[in-house]
Amino acid sequence: MAGKDWPLWEVFIRSKVGLNHKHVGSIHAADAEMAVENARDVYTRRSEGISIWVVESSQVFASDPADSDALFEPANSKIYRHPTFYEVPDGVGHM
Amino acid sequence: MKEQNLADLEAAFNEKLKQDIRIEPKDWMPDAYRKTLIRQISQHAHSEIVGMLPEGNWITRAPNLRRKAVLLAKVQDEAGHGQYLYSAMETLGASREESIDDMHSGKAKYSSIFNYPTLTWADMGAVGWLVDGAAIMNQVPLCRTSYGPYARAMVRICKEESFHQRQGYEIMCTLMKGSEEQKAMAQDALNRFWWPALMMFGPSDEASTHTQQSIDWKIKRHTNDELRQMFIDATVPQAELIGLTIPDKDLKWNEERGHYDSGEINWDEFWQVVSGNGPCNAERIAARLKAKEDGMWVREAAMAHAEKKKARKAS
Repeated sequence: MAGKDWPLWEVFIRSKVGLNHKHVGSIHAADAEMAVENARDVYTRRSEGISIWVVESSQVFASDPADSDALFEPANSKIYRHPTFYEVPDGVGHM
Repeated sequence: MKEQNLADLEAAFNEKLKQDIRIEPKDWMPDAYRKTLIRQISQHAHSEIVGMLPEGNWITRAPNLRRKAVLLAKVQDEAGHGQYLYSAMETLGASREESIDDMHSGKAKYSSIFNYPTLTWADMGAVGWLVDGAAIMNQVPLCRTSYGPYARAMVRICKEESFHQRQGYEIMCTLMKGSEEQKAMAQDALNRFWWPALMMFGPSDEASTHTQQSIDWKIKRHTNDELRQMFIDATVPQAELIGLTIPDKDLKWNEERGHYDSGEINWDEFWQVVSGNGPCNAERIAARLKAKEDGMWVREAAMAHAEKKKARKAS
């Protein structure tokens, strides 16, 4: 009996103008149009969104948590990318 | 080497739990943790879906348009909650369809409360007030459960659930301001739903097989008896406020404990209903099976249509 589920889609919602789309969960649907409609019914019953993106879950390629240390190491070691790394005299005011 | 690997993974997993860092779908987790979560989340999802039936029973007979619109919105929420939970369960690699089939075959359980019938309009009050009230008691701590997708689903659910309880209590308040018959109807609904609502928290701590492990894994944050006590303490004053009597002759405030003492739950009834012999078990499963079978051609047709559209686009 298995294997008859409709494809799975990941749902992203823009909650209001000016904000980015954010992942909220997933939904089953036969196609993209239906995925948008189902996502509306499941994830925006209380006006949580003004725009919906759906992406078929099988199309998402994700980083592997086991590789996180190596993957993000380049950023961890570059603290000079943050403004607080630099010393400036107190008198300079806001910079 | 391989064993060493496993030990490292397990240590990293335990360290995350210790630090209250959420476990996410692609993180390594012990098989038993995954299995426990699939069982608990699917059971929770099935409860939301079956939970639509006792209230759906009254949508067409709600006493006025306001009540009807509210009840419809509540039942739609339950459907949505089922969807959030199934989607959280799927992040663990479980199949939604297989899980639903397991419910239909009786292999997977849902909350026993939904195996009781909703006989009068007052039952809509009692269900919202007590059943959703008990559900909230269970669910609020689950917002901090250790598995990320489950915790996030619970945050959404809890936000939506509080209207459910308030609308139920409002129905009870309205009835208690009405005629003698209406008051008697409200009391009768409380009489029938009080004990089943207490049973919603599951077997007592001594009889609960899963509790300790689930607490160690931070899936559960309180034991069944702790949650049950919290529910009793919160609900008794709400009943008294509107003139309802809790149907428990042993119920008494215990000054020393700072809690209500209460009578013994009929565990025999609980296990009977869990094992399929409640008043509505067969009816509920039959209704879910009918929905699945009657809707099958629609789902198949939608898929065929989508494939045809895709093929047309490609050519």
